[in-house]
Amino acid sequence: MAKNNVQYSKKQRRLVMQENIAAYLFLLPFLVFFVGFVLYPMFMCIYTSFFDATMGREDIFVGFENYKALFQDEVFWIALKNTMVIVLVSVPITCIFSLWVASAISKMPVAATSAFRCIFYLPVVTGSVAVTMVWKWMFNNYYGIFNYLGKDVLGILDKPINWLGDPKYALGCIILILLTTSVGQPIVLYVSALDNVDKSLVEAAEVDGATPKQAFWKIKWPQMMPTTLYILVITTINSFQCFALIQLLTSGGPKNSTMTIMYYIYYNAFKLYKYGYGNAMGVILAIIIAILSAIQFKAGQEK
Amino acid sequence: MKNFNRLDAEQRRARIYSVFSWILICVIAFTFLFPLYWIITGSFKTKQEILSSTPVWVPSDWVMTNYQNLMSKRSAPLFQLSAFGYTITGPTVPAAIRWLINTVVMSVSSMLLTCLTASMAGYALAKKRFYGRTILFSLIVCAMALPKQVILIPLLREMSALGLYDTIWAVIIPIVGWPFGVFLLKQFAEGIPTEMVEACRIDGASEWRTFTDVMFPMIKPGVGACAIFTFINSWNDYFMQLIMLMGTDKLTISVGIATMQGENSTDFGILMAGSALASVPIIIVFLVFQKYFTKGITMGAVKG
Repeated sequence: MAKNNVQYSKKQRRLVMQENIAAYLFLLPFLVFFVGFVLYPMFMCIYTSFFDATMGREDIFVGFENYKALFQDEVFWIALKNTMVIVLVSVPITCIFSLWVASAISKMPVAATSAFRCIFYLPVVTGSVAVTMVWKWMFNNYYGIFNYLGKDVLGILDKPINWLGDPKYALGCIILILLTTSVGQPIVLYVSALDNVDKSLVEAAEVDGATPKQAFWKIKWPQMMPTTLYILVITTINSFQCFALIQLLTSGGPKNSTMTIMYYIYYNAFKLYKYGYGNAMGVILAIIIAILSAIQFKAGQEK
Repeated sequence: MKNFNRLDAEQRRARIYSVFSWILICVIAFTFLFPLYWIITGSFKTKQEILSSTPVWVPSDWVMTNYQNLMSKRSAPLFQLSAFGYTITGPTVPAAIRWLINTVVMSVSSMLLTCLTASMAGYALAKKRFYGRTILFSLIVCAMALPKQVILIPLLREMSALGLYDTIWAVIIPIVGWPFGVFLLKQFAEGIPTEMVEACRIDGASEWRTFTDVMFPMIKPGVGACAIFTFINSWNDYFMQLIMLMGTDKLTISVGIATMQGENSTDFGILMAGSALASVPIIIVFLVFQKYFTKGITMGAVKG
């Protein structure tokens, strides 16, 4: 690209032109999909949020009415609170747990490392529907394994608990399942980050008498900062996205105790056909995620 | 002397800690494997065993009734081809078979299309200098950071307007547009020395030949990672499938099983059989291509 002030000759300009055309031809197939089915919907999401939109009629412009209604909607605030609880509980636990597992299994023989890495990734591959079905069975209050363990084996419970039907426990159950399906990727990332740590620095520190603990926190941890940052961002996004679990297990109930923004968008769009309203919520969700990611990046860069 | 003792104690503590963490990891790994074990054994249990309040750890005799029930619940034509106004309809088969076929077709098409578009775009982003490159790249990164569910309503309306709603394309197209593959392959292509590409151009090869004969073979491991990643993710992309597909003969296996849940909410035998059908094939694919998959995950993270 023309960065300096040197005058290009005709031939040079033609070459630059050619390079541009070639580049865009290579990009074209992807751009068709990307612009048409990612960027355009994103734009439309913001645009439609200012309309009263539903099926089978023209959209009516309403300005900020959708947003106003949103802030007065009690269920929206409950959904926002539950989403925040899910994020604030699951993100730190996922990160700490996966760091611990990764550092423990990376010291093992290669075969054991990859076997464990595989096992912890399995719930992700199994797919959200299959995972949800089996957990639904395990949480069932008559035939579920949790009530059996709690009542007959450990004797903690004196009567079976309706785990998913009780507002006290439902959200906790959802978070537990979410945790098992979200640690896989961070573990893979941490194992490879631990592999890539500069070994000579660690050895030098050990020669100088550093304990393994010191070597870990003073040498390895700072080098893994970019990975940690990436993991924080993807885990946060993942927790916001948790949908199948809620749709298939509780549908937001009982008494909205597991209602999340993601599910509420779906509910508004596909049960009530309030497209504009749902889009306004999507915009708010995107803004929240953007702010959180920005904070995480800022914090990561300062360290 | 004192110093040595300190080290000794520390070493002993380190060893105890490592044994302790071994055991703990094994226990946790077991609990991670358990749901999968429960799906597979559950799908072979009799109704009494499934509905007993004391769990039956291993089915006493492995019965196929759950699979038979699953297969007899709903049916759909094996395939439907229409061209020039004629429609050829295949023989009627259990819907679950059709759902599996749909899922495979959908995942394979998304995989092939993504690999093709992403390898070309990744190459251009990594090795070409063109106007708008920085803007395009930042758009890609921003799009990746947003949950794609945010755009579900506009996407649904767009698909209806294009007449693609309730077709397999409504699921495939958003996957191909999702920029993760481009991002991954751009990282890969950046690792290839630019001299290779230039030398090829100087020798008189066309742009296209430079790509197919020089660039593509060298980013093959990256393409493999992208392929397996896209395949597994589109197989499990329940959300998009749920929204875009309606008709019994159009569903994928995940959505199919999910709709069966609505009808037989406590017949866990059928649900486990369906879950096994949905998950075992993809788990096998994952185990076979595990190495590429891991590479895909870690490569995509290099620059976050």
